[in-house]
Amino acid sequence: MSAQPILQAINLEKAYGNVIALNGSSLELFPGEVLAVVGDNGAGKSTLIKCLSGAEVPDTGEIFLEGNQVHFAKPQDGRGAGVETVYQSLAVAPALDIAANLYLGRELRKPGLVGKVFRTLDNGAMKSASKNHIADLGISTIQNISQAVETLSGGQRQAVAVARASAFSSKVIILDEPTAALGVRESNQVLKMIERLRDRGLPVILISHNMPQVFEVADRIQIQRLGKRAAVVTPKTHDMNQVVAIMTGALTVDEKDQTFKPVR
Amino acid sequence: MTKSAAELEFSHQSEKQSLAGRIQVALHKYPTLSPALVLVISLGVFWFLNPNFKDPFNLSLVLQQVAVVGSIAIGQTIIILTAGIDLSCGAIAIFASMVMAKLAFENHVPVALSFIIGLAVGTGAGAFNGFLVTKVKLPPFIVTLGTFNVFTAFTLLFAKGRTVRDTEVDPFLLTLGKVIHIGAFNVTYGVLVMIAMYLILAYALRYTAWGRHVYATGDDIEAARLAGIQTNRVLMSVYLVAGFIFAMTAWIIIGRVNAASPNSGQDLNLDSITAVVIGGTSLFGGRGRIIGSLIGAVIVGVFRDGLTLAGLDPYYQTLAVGILIISAVTIDQWIRKARK
Repeated sequence: MSAQPILQAINLEKAYGNVIALNGSSLELFPGEVLAVVGDNGAGKSTLIKCLSGAEVPDTGEIFLEGNQVHFAKPQDGRGAGVETVYQSLAVAPALDIAANLYLGRELRKPGLVGKVFRTLDNGAMKSASKNHIADLGISTIQNISQAVETLSGGQRQAVAVARASAFSSKVIILDEPTAALGVRESNQVLKMIERLRDRGLPVILISHNMPQVFEVADRIQIQRLGKRAAVVTPKTHDMNQVVAIMTGALTVDEKDQTFKPVR
Repeated sequence: MTKSAAELEFSHQSEKQSLAGRIQVALHKYPTLSPALVLVISLGVFWFLNPNFKDPFNLSLVLQQVAVVGSIAIGQTIIILTAGIDLSCGAIAIFASMVMAKLAFENHVPVALSFIIGLAVGTGAGAFNGFLVTKVKLPPFIVTLGTFNVFTAFTLLFAKGRTVRDTEVDPFLLTLGKVIHIGAFNVTYGVLVMIAMYLILAYALRYTAWGRHVYATGDDIEAARLAGIQTNRVLMSVYLVAGFIFAMTAWIIIGRVNAASPNSGQDLNLDSITAVVIGGTSLFGGRGRIIGSLIGAVIVGVFRDGLTLAGLDPYYQTLAVGILIISAVTIDQWIRKARK
């Protein structure tokens, strides 16, 4: 597999007033891998992914997408470049149906004059495409695409948010704590979804607090500490206790024992 | 083990759904169902109480009386759908009506021009509300409570407290008060304009991306923003469109009262909110259908007319409207519990 990262961040710095959230943090995401980003509260996980998705602009540092430098000023920029983010709050409209939520903000209009002059939505096309996206992720529990999102369970809602991101992200998908609000069974469904995305060749950045889940799906684990990248390891080279020790600063890993190259 | 146990519990819950639960879900899915039922039942009851009620002449009268509130309620609905509220709607309409009538009569501006200026003033007033909501970030209730007074003052200052009387109003501005006969019914052009506006807005809300964004913004503004909707632009457009609708209503008002009076329309804000709420639109935003507001306005008209024909003291009309509002909001709260 090529050693060219699909998404690369170099020495990102970001301060909010006197608080330094990112203090020269880097990240490489390779094609077809799941990269977990873990760290204690305030370690800079959220700020890091916000910079990558365009929700925040780093003070200094560079971001490259497929080798080309990018400057995302707002979430729409990142999305336009093929980087989709599933926020912890999911960002779905509860009263709208699944198809409407999948296409929220990028609705399809009917072809021809009807769409141009009367701006009529092409609900049929959006519904059938939504059905395919949901089926692609292997979510069988959602039967009716015209169901309002608020009638869905937490896991199903998560599935809708992930389906939306995966349907439109051509390059990278970022998931922020996708299982934080879910039960065991629903969490497993989401993990399966992540594996399916990876199998389709879409690289995933997974932010999570849940070590067992991280060790289950991640190819590589980036540990953030005090706004910096403390280490990059794999579930094969290190165990959970070691990762937690790195998180808290009790353990440091020599550069040569880290995994900066793709393992898949 | 755990999986099958969880599934068992799940299926058990869905089987347990009672009749009340199913009604709750149905109302949740079709918010206009309950106002439509109320309308049908009240029509039947008032017909039973006084056979004159069903007379086409009487029913036409109800529609004519409803035209003004029904039109204002269109603008009010789209604002309430974004989880806002507009207390200045009536003041905007009266302001626009005075601008139209007075410019044409006293300042000898060509009537077409004064009409367009009136529309622009109404739209501009809506835009001012929108500016305060989106840019200064004030709550819509406070914004429109303030501008309600501001626009009322503008109207009185501009009109110097004087009414433009029926003989003074330009005939063009009275057009919407003219009656046309459709079968046994006499409807004014104002009623037809109102219905046309309902159809246009119903289409825009249901079949365009703009409408979907209005619902999404009212439902959860932060989620809508993260999903890539420019919520400030949506809100601004809603207040603009509402301002234009209020200005169109100004035209209907002049035709209806055969004059332009700066002292009328004080209750239009609360009456329009009443129609919207009885029509099943949630004051919390993101939920409701615009046609419900028309039904809501007609329900109020039917109650007022029907109770009068039934020979009851007019005070009971007000009582009935109060009970309708409380019932409608109670149902809305109950329906909202259907969300998991």
